[in-house]
Amino acid sequence: MAFARLLIRRLLFLLVVIWAASTITFFVPRLSPRNPVRERFAALARSGGFSPTDLEKIIAAYNTKFGFDKPLWRQYTDYVGSLARLDLGLSANQYPKTVIQLIQESLPWTITLLLTTTILSFIIGNLLGAVAAWPRAPNWLRSIATPFMLLQGVPPIILAVLLLFFLGFKLKLAPLGGAYSIGVIPHFSATFVWDLFKHQILPALSLIFGSVGGWVLSMRGMGVTIQGEDYVIFAEHKGLHGFTIFRDYFLRNALLPQVTGLALALGSVITSGILVEGVFGLPGLGSVLGAAIQSNDFLVIYGIVLFITVSVATMMVIVELLYPLLDPRIRV
Amino acid sequence: MTTIAISQPRVQQRSRMGQIFRYLRRNKSLAVGIFIIFLLIAFTVIGLLTISPSKAYPLQAASKKPPSLKYPLGTDFFGRNLYAAMAVGMWQTALIGVLAGAIGTMIGVVLGFTSAYFGGPLDAAIKGICQILTPIPGFLIQVIIAGSIDKRSVTIYTMAFIVVLLAWMGPTLVIRSQVLTMKERQFVSVAKLSGVGPMGIIFGEIMPNLLPFIAAAFVGQVFYSIFASFYLAVLGLGPLREPLLGNIIWSANGQGAFFNGWWWWPIEPAVAMILILGSLALINIGLDEVANPRVRKAE
Repeated sequence: MAFARLLIRRLLFLLVVIWAASTITFFVPRLSPRNPVRERFAALARSGGFSPTDLEKIIAAYNTKFGFDKPLWRQYTDYVGSLARLDLGLSANQYPKTVIQLIQESLPWTITLLLTTTILSFIIGNLLGAVAAWPRAPNWLRSIATPFMLLQGVPPIILAVLLLFFLGFKLKLAPLGGAYSIGVIPHFSATFVWDLFKHQILPALSLIFGSVGGWVLSMRGMGVTIQGEDYVIFAEHKGLHGFTIFRDYFLRNALLPQVTGLALALGSVITSGILVEGVFGLPGLGSVLGAAIQSNDFLVIYGIVLFITVSVATMMVIVELLYPLLDPRIRV
Repeated sequence: MTTIAISQPRVQQRSRMGQIFRYLRRNKSLAVGIFIIFLLIAFTVIGLLTISPSKAYPLQAASKKPPSLKYPLGTDFFGRNLYAAMAVGMWQTALIGVLAGAIGTMIGVVLGFTSAYFGGPLDAAIKGICQILTPIPGFLIQVIIAGSIDKRSVTIYTMAFIVVLLAWMGPTLVIRSQVLTMKERQFVSVAKLSGVGPMGIIFGEIMPNLLPFIAAAFVGQVFYSIFASFYLAVLGLGPLREPLLGNIIWSANGQGAFFNGWWWWPIEPAVAMILILGSLALINIGLDEVANPRVRKAE
């Protein structure tokens, strides 16, 4: 069973990646001279009402409570154990919410935005790229791809600022931020759904404009090599209709490597998604992460980073395992 | 007697500058990229010469003033003169980029060389670490590292250091694969047979052929480092007092600049970032053409 062997190898690799990521998130903060417990109580003490000896006692009590007084290896095994139970700890700022709860609340926003924009830009980018590489396509159609290729290097967060300025601030076509209009109570109705949609337009546009160019470039490169393949030339000589060749011989084969590209792009998609959410103040993972960074809510920062890392690595492995199903030539 | 003037066949000897210009005319993206970089450097130098850098810090000017003759780029909520802030911010962005880019490329060259040239378990270890670290979004690890450092002690140099920590895998893999193909070439075998030692082969035979790749890797690293430090700063993880471009956008965002109509505040660093990243991308495409003659265009 070659596939089973591949499956086991990839799953083992995934475990190693998860282990590496969680070990980094465990050790890096502990190497730093910062002490979250002390910082928080020192901030409280500045606002008054503590004598220094009491403060030390409180800090010691909390260190015991959270296990910071145990030896490092013991803390590490405890940490790995709690990870295995999907326990990422508590938020200090929104106590007694757990980090998992915070992630659960914000995740639907992030997934909706990123899934729609990624699928849309994958489709648009690959179609434009294929057309740009297809010599028989009309010139005006081929030239649509050019502006997207120029935008390719620009980070979506900068596009977000520019779109906010032109479409939101100057032309007043779209709201300037937030998930829905201020003062509206979330309820299920057509007007509210429209309001939600309007607030997602600019974030979605900045993510799409930021990523379409990458797909156009790689698809065009792929398409140029496929044009010269024997089966394309053979199909032409058979006298097949131009569109049939484009769809069944050209596009289908050029699309395959792009799926791998999709897996590789996931990390940057999530990174830019998080930052764009922050700019528009959408209540997704990005805003939670930004707020946690502002208020030194350490466990939330580590929890979100670990969660994203593990999901990106998992999705990459899934795409890699699905690939043989898409491409019959790679039967393991 | 008549003297016959024999016309000497004159070899066209252009000056070195002339050759470079001729090449740049052909390699448009390299030329445009270098031109934009020169413009940005000119802005920064003129800015630093005409206004005191101390004006780039809070409480140095009337706050929230739109661009005018007195404040060419306006001022922000905290009373920074944005003209000074942009000049200092560009300088700091360039510093982080070049510093982190140079160190990252150096680490990559050393690791890539040792990995490919000596092979064996060392190669397996270096390649394995690169492979495990690649699926982890480096930016998120940088968030953890930057978040663990006391915000008051973060400087431009700490930022560069944080960026470098996760920026050496790319160049390592590129240099490794290039050395792997190069060490099997004939000129290396000839050198080995004529008794050149490993150091002589590395620095005398392989290195000169690698220079275009190292240059391209360096530009790519500068690009990546500017990108990464910008992202960290936009999340509020940079040195908060410094007018780094990302910091300006972060603070503008935090104060709701667009809601309040202070549009010039976030737009200026955004445009500057586009110019910086755009010019680097163009230079990278151009260098690719130098390193890879197959994509070189005919004159």
